[in-house]
Parts: sequence; C-alpha cells; structure tokens
Amino acid sequence: MSVTVGSRAAGIGSAGRRGKTIRSDLWVQLEARSRGGIELELISRVEAYYGDAIRAQVEEVLAALGVTDARVTLEDAGALPFVIQARLEAAALAASVAPAGDARPARTAALPPPPPRARMRRSRLYLPGNEPKFFMSAGLYAPDGIILDLEDSVHPDAKPAARLVVRNALRCVDFGSAERMVRINQLPLGLEDLAAVVPEGPEMILIPKVETVDQVREVDDAIDGILSGSGDSGSPEAADADRPLWLMPILESALGIENAFEIAGASPRIAAITIGLEDYSADLGVPKTEEGDESAWARQRLVNAAKAAGVQAIDSVYGQVDDLEGLKRWGERSRGMGYEGMGCVHPRQIRVIHEAFRPPAAQVEKALKIVAAYEQARAEGRGVVSLGSKMIDPPVVRQAQTLVEQARALGLTNTGSEDAATGATDKDTGSEADR
Amino acid sequence: MTTATKPTDKPPRGPSRSAGGMVPNALGRLIPSEVNGREAVPFKGVGKHEPDGRKQAPPIRSCRDYPADGDKRVDSLEEAFRRCGLSDGMVISSHHHLRDGDRVGMMALEAAARLGVKDVMWFPSASFPCQAPVIDLMEAGVVHHIEGSLNGPLGDYCSRGKMRGLGVLRSHGGRWQAIQDGEVKIDVAVIAAPSADPFGNCDGSHGPSACGSLGFALADSIYAEHVIVVTDNLVPFPCIPWQIQGNNVDYVVEVESIGDPEKIVSGTTRITRSPERLMIARNVARLLKETGIMREGFSFQAGAGGIALAFVDYLAELMREAGVKARFVRGGSTRYLVELLEEGLTDYILDGQTFDLDGVRSIGSDPRHVATSPFTSYNFHGKGNFASMVDAVVLGATEVDVHFNANVNTHSDGRLLHGIGGWQNCLASGCSILAVPSFRDRIPVIKDEVTTVTGPGELIDVVATERGIAINPRRQDLLDAVRGSDLPIRPIEEIQREVEELCGGKPRKARVTDVPVAVIKWVDGTVIDTVYQVAE
Repeated sequence: MSVTVGSRAAGIGSAGRRGKTIRSDLWVQLEARSRGGIELELISRVEAYYGDAIRAQVEEVLAALGVTDARVTLEDAGALPFVIQARLEAAALAASVAPAGDARPARTAALPPPPPRARMRRSRLYLPGNEPKFFMSAGLYAPDGIILDLEDSVHPDAKPAARLVVRNALRCVDFGSAERMVRINQLPLGLEDLAAVVPEGPEMILIPKVETVDQVREVDDAIDGILSGSGDSGSPEAADADRPLWLMPILESALGIENAFEIAGASPRIAAITIGLEDYSADLGVPKTEEGDESAWARQRLVNAAKAAGVQAIDSVYGQVDDLEGLKRWGERSRGMGYEGMGCVHPRQIRVIHEAFRPPAAQVEKALKIVAAYEQARAEGRGVVSLGSKMIDPPVVRQAQTLVEQARALGLTNTGSEDAATGATDKDTGSEADR
Repeated sequence: MTTATKPTDKPPRGPSRSAGGMVPNALGRLIPSEVNGREAVPFKGVGKHEPDGRKQAPPIRSCRDYPADGDKRVDSLEEAFRRCGLSDGMVISSHHHLRDGDRVGMMALEAAARLGVKDVMWFPSASFPCQAPVIDLMEAGVVHHIEGSLNGPLGDYCSRGKMRGLGVLRSHGGRWQAIQDGEVKIDVAVIAAPSADPFGNCDGSHGPSACGSLGFALADSIYAEHVIVVTDNLVPFPCIPWQIQGNNVDYVVEVESIGDPEKIVSGTTRITRSPERLMIARNVARLLKETGIMREGFSFQAGAGGIALAFVDYLAELMREAGVKARFVRGGSTRYLVELLEEGLTDYILDGQTFDLDGVRSIGSDPRHVATSPFTSYNFHGKGNFASMVDAVVLGATEVDVHFNANVNTHSDGRLLHGIGGWQNCLASGCSILAVPSFRDRIPVIKDEVTTVTGPGELIDVVATERGIAINPRRQDLLDAVRGSDLPIRPIEEIQREVEELCGGKPRKARVTDVPVAVIKWVDGTVIDTVYQVAE
C-alpha cells in the first residue's frame, strides 16, 4: 500500500465510497508517480453540468497538496465540492503522499456566535462522519445541536477519510442555529481527530467511553496545545480566547457511572455529561429494555452527579426511529428525571423531543405565579414570599425562575402569561400552587 | 402572458420529420410548424386557444353486424386484427392501467408484427420500462413512431434521434382532446381488461390482474374505428360493474395473463423516510392550513410520490386538529387516501388511477370511492372539468425556473425522462404546488431557464423546497395570507442563489443539437415546447 515516506513514488491510496446506491459522495484512487504530471480519469453522474468544475478542482487541490505527478481515478456520484476536496486529500494521505501544503477549502460557513455554557441542549442530531450527504440539510431541522460523529458510526478503515470530511464540514456547511459538536474516537486515535477539528472552531467535543478523570484531562490538555498553536495554522477564529470549546464526556460503563461526579468536574470546559446506554447495558451484561430498569440507577446517578457538579445532564438516544410514541414517553420520563435533552438518530425525532422537553403549561403557569409573587414581595420589602395561604421557600423560587427563563427562551410565556402573573395573589388561583 | 423565456437562436430543423421550419410560440420557445405531417399550432397562452368545428366520430355501425347472442370472442389478437383490417401505417392504441406489469401493449404490437404489418403508430396512454422491446419493433420497421410518454430506454432511443417520427407527448387530458378533435385517429384500440364478459363490457376493479379504474381507455372505446378487449378473467354476461361498455367493443380475446400482478400495483405504498422530503411535505401541509385553503369542504389532489404521500399524512393530522374534512380528494389513490375516506376526513375519492392494493380494495367495495376518467377530470374539450374545481394540488417536477415555469419531461441534460401524465391538467387547480428538493445529488432544481417547458409559470403558484417555500409573485393573495406565519417563505431567486453556492456554481447548460426529436403539447393541443436530440 505504501512505500518510503518522502519518496514521491510513494504508492496507491483510495478514499470515499462507490457503487450504485452511493449518492452525493465519490471514490478517489490516487497513484503517486515520479513523473508525467497529473493524469485524471473522471466518471461523474453530474459530468454534463459540473465535469469541468470537478477537473479544475482536482487540479487546484492536488497543486495545494504538492502532488505534481499522479494518476487519479475519480468516480463521482454528485458530491459537493467540500467532499471532493476531503476525499482527494484522504486518498493522497493514504498513498503516503505527505501533504506539502494547506489544501483546506476556503471557509464558506460563518462561525456561529459562541454558545453559553448552559445553552439549551434538548436535541442533538447524530450525523455519521463519513456520510456527507446527510450534512447539508441537518441545520434545516433546527436541532439544538448536531454531532459530527467520528466514533462508532465510522468504519475503522474510514477514520482518516471521515476526519477530513468532518473538518471540511466545519468550514463549509451551514448548520443553522445548531451547536456544532464532534464526537471523537477514544484516545489515542481521538488525538488525531482533535488535531484535525479543533482548529476549525466547533462548539463542543464529545468524548466517548469516559471512565476516569484522567481521560478528560488528556483531552483538555490536547485542546490547550492545539489552541495555543492554532493561531499559526490559519484558524485564528478558533484560537480566540473568548470562544469557548465545551466538552461533553459520555459515560458508557459501570466504572464511568461510579466516577460520574469526579468526571463532571474534571475540566472547566465541561458543560454537560451524558450516558451511552447501549454500551452501559452491555457492560452490565443485560439486554437494554424499553422500560430501562437495568439502567434506572445509572441514569439517575448521572443526573445527580451532573447537578452536583453544576453541569447539564443529557440523556442517551432512543433507537426506534419509527416509534414516535415510544420516543415521546421516553423523553417525558427523561425530562422528569432531571435530564435536559437527549440524542436523535433521525431528524423526525427532533420535533417530538422538543415537545417532550418542553415544560408542561401547568408548570410554567405555576412558576410564573411564584415569580410574580416573589417580585411583589420584594417590591413591598417583605422577606417572606407567599402564594395564597402558602409560604414559598427560596429554592422553590429559584427553580421557578429557571423554569420561567427556559419557557421565555422557548416562547412559551407570550400568551396569557401576564394574566397568570397578575392573578398570582388571588386566593382562588393560589390553590393551584399549594401542591 | 409571460415572455420570460426568451427565444433562442435555433436554425430550422432538418427535413426528415417535417417539411416546415421552426416558429416561436407565446413563450418564445421555437416549435416545429409541422409535426408528423400535420400542421402544428404554437402555444398561444393559457386559455387563449379557441378550437372550432365538430368533434370526431367513428363510422356508423349497427347491431346487425354483431352476434345477437352477444358473444364477440375470437381466438387470438391476430384474428381480431385481421377482422379489423389492420394494415400498414395504422394507429394502434393501448393503456397503462397495468403499469410496469402490462403484457397487452407488447402482445398487440407483436401480433401486428406477426401479421407483417409495417409503420404502425403506437399510441399508448403512457409507456413503461416493460415496453422497451418496442425499440426492436421500431428497428424492424413494424412501429414507425410513438405518440405518448417516452421514458427509460424508449426516452433514450427518441432522445438520440433514432425514432422515425417526432415523439408527441400529451397530458392525460390532452390525449382525450387529441382523440376527440381528430388530431389522432385510432384505427384499433386494444384494451387490457382485468374482468370482461363476451359482449365486451369490462372493468378494472376485480380479477387476478385488478388495477382499479380503466378510465384511460374510455376515449379509445368511444372514438376508435375498432375496439378489441383482451382479458384474463372472462366472466359470463354481465360483467358488473362495467366501466367500458361492450356496445362500443368489436372483439373480445381471452389470454392467459394480461399482466404481472407484482408490478401492476404496489403491495403497499410507503411514505418517504428522507428527512428533506418529509420536511417539504410537512411545510406544504402547513401552507394549506396557513393560507386557509384547508377548510371545511375543501378539496385537494396529491399523487403517489414519496412527498405527496407524506403530505397527505401531515395534512390529515392538521385536519383532525382543526376538525375539518374535505368534500373530495382526487387520486391516484393509495392507502393514505383510503384511510382519509374511511376515517371520514373526506366524503369522496374521485380516482384517476389506483396505485396500491388498499386503493384497489377500496374502489372495488366502497361506493364513495369513484372511478373517474380524463374526460371528467381533465379534458379541454369538455364543458368544464374537475381539475379546475380542486382547491390545491401537490405535484413534482424535474426542474423549475425563476419565472416558475416547470419541466417534468426532460432531465437537465436534455434527455426525455418522464411523461406528462395528468401534471399539466392539474395546474388548473386553485393552488398548484410543486414540492421538490432544492437539489438532487449536486444538481440544483431551480434554474434560470428550464430545459423544457411542460407548464407555464403563469399557472404555478408555489415551489416548495426544504430550503424554503417560494410563492409566485402573481399570487399576492397567497403572500398576504402567509404573512406573519413562521413558514420559511422566500423569494425563488434567493433559494436558487443559496443552492448554487452550495453546489459550487451554476450547472452548465444541457448540450443538445438543434434537431427536434419530440414536441410537448399543452392541454389544448397547441405545442408548448420542443425536445431536441442530445449531443452524443
């Protein structure tokens, strides 16, 4: 497959996918040569429209990579330019043609504003990192986050190629208002993922199969190293001191759950922790069930650890894509346990999850009354907040304030909220708040 | 009338298929002045063409020439053809009720070949991939050319300039119009019948090859010189119900099988799982609600494509929430329309064709599920038709342009891809919505100018993509109705620009020659555009 590194007669490398069912992707084979220039054989489903554009791009990318002599075979199924670039570079890497230069595509997607640590994270849509056809529309479904996955959804042989697709996506794909997350591989492979993606300024890194504090610290240190040097690597935006890069460790084993609290506090970059139920159940040696009895303690333990450490608790995914009713039940129960969001494996789950994690109207109404009563008491200089005949304790007020804030962010307080708030001191409506 | 599509500088076409030159129509598209030996009328604008004269009629026949016992059976199609006097240059028609499972179209043309007949014009209501062997019959000189939908291998054959005559593509309504006004005179109509009696009464709702309605064959049965019914399910007189009347039928031929049931209807039609398409479908359903089109007693039509099915499902949800029901929905019927009917969300299904087994079961058993024909639904020469009474229709397209013109016939490379079906006819509805992805693979769907105009932008009200919904500026009423809603309403040019950026620039235009290979008819029989031979 490869010969001596540094020799320009290096070898043959390929990347990408081909076949009748492949769409919006391509397969590239690059055979390095010692002379003869670039010889390109192009078969493209969009030859009639973009054949010339593809040829020009191949020339440009290879020049930027410093590849001057090679035979390149390209089978294209309508891939977008950022995918073509990634596959070419991956093929050159696989052929052990060391990239001589920075061939990254120009940044066409603006960096989203830096998200606050506690931004809303109800839904995060998993996008397999080596399936670029799913990327373009992901932002249109308006999930709170998207996860470009380099771990379980990517075949081990395709890791280097997927890494470049994900890197390019962070530069070229508009994911709308979604927080852009990358799930890296377990270390040490994950270090290569970090080196490729951190300079592109994602908003969050998901660390898989975390069991110890040290695993988080290793990632944290690697990020520090990359960010301190990335001003030179052409991505000054990512190195901006004001631009946070959040971490979300995924706890997927019995040991990880035992160490949940320490892990949650392992780095100031941690904004949330989450649980991986498939692996966790496997670790226990029991099947994962719809009711989830086997993981009940782990799930509640994770919530408790997260709250104790002051980070968000985020739930696993619900795998039955067609069972939207089941998803709704799962999501509502999850919210009830203290989780603030969960993963999605298909865009159609997003709407259901947002619905499930929406605070119920009655709760919002009650919280509005409590907040109004609190405001009134403060205005009147009273230390004791009461609603009807019931005294309200400070933690209940704080919880109500959080809920009202969340409801406002979701636009749930527009209708009837004023009435509810002003009605707060009425005896008859006060009874609702007594329970 | 729009003149958005500018005339292009194309020299007159070669002399092989017509003696005339090219003339511009009202859209500025160049069209042959003569098509297959007949003078062609250029498209004049929507509703501008005023036909005159009288309708075509078959010769007078009398019952004395037919068996008094009503038994019109003959042994074979050859024998039937012989008795009809089939000869060189005649027109044979067949129908696509059995879709890709049809055996009768090929059976008829092969029987003609065995009789040594040459230069037949085949006039199918639509062609399917199973009829690719017609290419061999064209090569052998049995079939001269095809006037009907041309797709797959047949579309390719025509696009490469190999067919002797010009392809003529008509809508379902346009086919009826062409038969009725004598533009096409059918010499022998061959009707595939899932059930028939010896008298020739026949129907599509029962039998091993049941397919639903036989509406596409109705015109042929009334206006053709001779009518042959071919069945694999002969029942004693009377065949009940009968959609085709035996009084119009000359001969009945019994065969072992008229079609492959596996390919006649889908066992089940399934909603798309593509998230983009689901999103488009949901937004279109919401658009109907926001614009107030979805109201008590409204009507709509949607086909059997993935987006259309999902649209029906989402709309049903909104109808339930709002507590309204439709007076009628127009099929292509599927399980999803049948469920609406059975749930009471619509009073009737007026069905043009039946796409799945639930549809077949329903049309055969539920009196509220009614078979229609292109005459009732689409015909330009009728005293009105249903299409213009439908409140909203959801259709697809291969391309649209910034002037809202749309193409369903050719691929962006100029190759013939699809027939028109009822697509043009449906544009008469109160709100015509094209539900299309904003790009396929890397190819943007919104163009500066469509490769082929199948429908004029004047009649296309909404283009709904996953990246936004563009409302035709001519429909200020719709724009006003959605103001303040959170639907992603955007100018069509803005969506076009976004997609072109994503795809890496505008696609190169199709490379075609200046040799016409087919014409696209408008619903009134005028010619709206020309399809050219592709550059090899």
